[in-house]
Amino acid sequence: MKLITAIIKPFKLDDVREALTPLGVQGLTVTEIKGFGRQKGQTEIYRGAEYQVSFLPKVKIEIAVADSIVDEVVEAVLNAARTGKIGDGKIFVSPLDRVIRIRTGETGDGAL
Amino acid sequence: MLTSTALVLMMTIPGLALFYAGMVRKKNVLATLIQSFAICCIASIVWMVAGYSLALGTGTPWIGDMSRFMLSGIADHFHNGADQAFTLGAGSANPTAMTIPESVYMMFQMTFAIITPALIAGSFAERMKFSALCVFTILWSLLVYAPVAHWVWSPIGWVGGLGAVDFAGGTVVHINSGIAGLITALVIGKRRGYGHEDLSPFNLTYAIIGASLLWVGWFGFNAGSAGGANGRAGMAMLTTQIAAAVGGMAWMAAEWIHNKKPTALGIISGAVAGLVAITPAAGFVLPGPALIIGLIAGIVCFWASAILKPRLGYDDSLDAFGVHGTGGIIGALLTGVFAYGPLSATDANPQGVVGSATQFLRQAEAVCVTIVWCVIITFLILKLIDLTIGLRVSRDEELEGLDMVLHGERIN
Repeated sequence: MKLITAIIKPFKLDDVREALTPLGVQGLTVTEIKGFGRQKGQTEIYRGAEYQVSFLPKVKIEIAVADSIVDEVVEAVLNAARTGKIGDGKIFVSPLDRVIRIRTGETGDGAL
Repeated sequence: MLTSTALVLMMTIPGLALFYAGMVRKKNVLATLIQSFAICCIASIVWMVAGYSLALGTGTPWIGDMSRFMLSGIADHFHNGADQAFTLGAGSANPTAMTIPESVYMMFQMTFAIITPALIAGSFAERMKFSALCVFTILWSLLVYAPVAHWVWSPIGWVGGLGAVDFAGGTVVHINSGIAGLITALVIGKRRGYGHEDLSPFNLTYAIIGASLLWVGWFGFNAGSAGGANGRAGMAMLTTQIAAAVGGMAWMAAEWIHNKKPTALGIISGAVAGLVAITPAAGFVLPGPALIIGLIAGIVCFWASAILKPRLGYDDSLDAFGVHGTGGIIGALLTGVFAYGPLSATDANPQGVVGSATQFLRQAEAVCVTIVWCVIITFLILKLIDLTIGLRVSRDEELEGLDMVLHGERIN
């Protein structure tokens, strides 16, 4: 099992969700976050005064998936979240040791 | 006049309160709202006690009298529940016939006396002590607003006697508050972090709501200043709408060219600039000149707020001078260029006020007189407060934010 964490642009969230549904992804966790990467923030101008906003709003998606569909899920997120411009985000894939469904106590792939 | 009076009060609370509160940081939003509200209360009381009498009592060309101290005598004309119209400047060589009861006239003028000091608050936002603000409002209302209002608006006032006109307060309200704002910004100093920290507005939605309320309220300000429901009031309303619309578009276009984006703060600032500039001219000019006044105000006020201010380095936080001072001066001067005689003609003065080089110079004189008096007295008041109770909060208090430090409240 793997935990896929993707940082994406907020307005791409619906596209990513639609891309994941046909792959059999059972659920995902979404968090509104702020941060920056190579994009290094943006400049806002109010009545001539420039302000550097370094932490931009992003969305973090966390998806736990079986090893068999990891590549498909990564591919789907990659395609759905891409605009081609700077600031599109990142995808992190990390190993997942245990998954337990609280209601039934199921573990492993069955709990996903 | 009752409706106009309520509309002008709406300009300060909630209009100006929200306009300013939307432009400060989250930790100073309540303090900024309270400033407008407190000034409304204080200026009302000062006006009732002595301001009205000093400003619009007949008196001398320099200052009114104390015949209406604590509004004594305001009920003299009452009979069987009705109040006869009173005469402004009664007993002088130049009385002005009024068609409204004194209670209404006094209250209408009170709303002007409220918004003028409230406008100044834009210049010292996020760093002035609340106690200092309260004392400043009392002294400034009596020593700057009341005399200037008397000079310009009293039938025997000496600035009015020069031939200068100010329909609804371009000189008395906007130049006065804008210049006072500039002086206050210079005396109190810049906000901590000005120029390098993020001081961006907390919530521009508030600012847009506030500016919109200002726009609506301005019809009471300008059309109400005709003193009756007549053609001149209608023309003032029309020119007000045109100048506001063109001002908004002009500022927006200027920043679109300059900064590549038309912003929400830009279009509302431009509309306010147009409203300010048309104020002295509203009952003197026709719609075409109103369009030109709005256009010039939008562009020049953008330049003053967004280009000149950063270049000179003073921190007029919310552009009391950039919008009101600059817009007021433009409007006062252009009134002398574009005034259309028949709008202000009377039996005593069949020509009315006509735009000409002479009238332009008269307007310029009034502008200069107001600036000189306002600069000197405002500076002295600020220095007096600074030396006694202090003008500004401490560094740590400013960093924590005025909401918690001064008022013990915050928004979540």
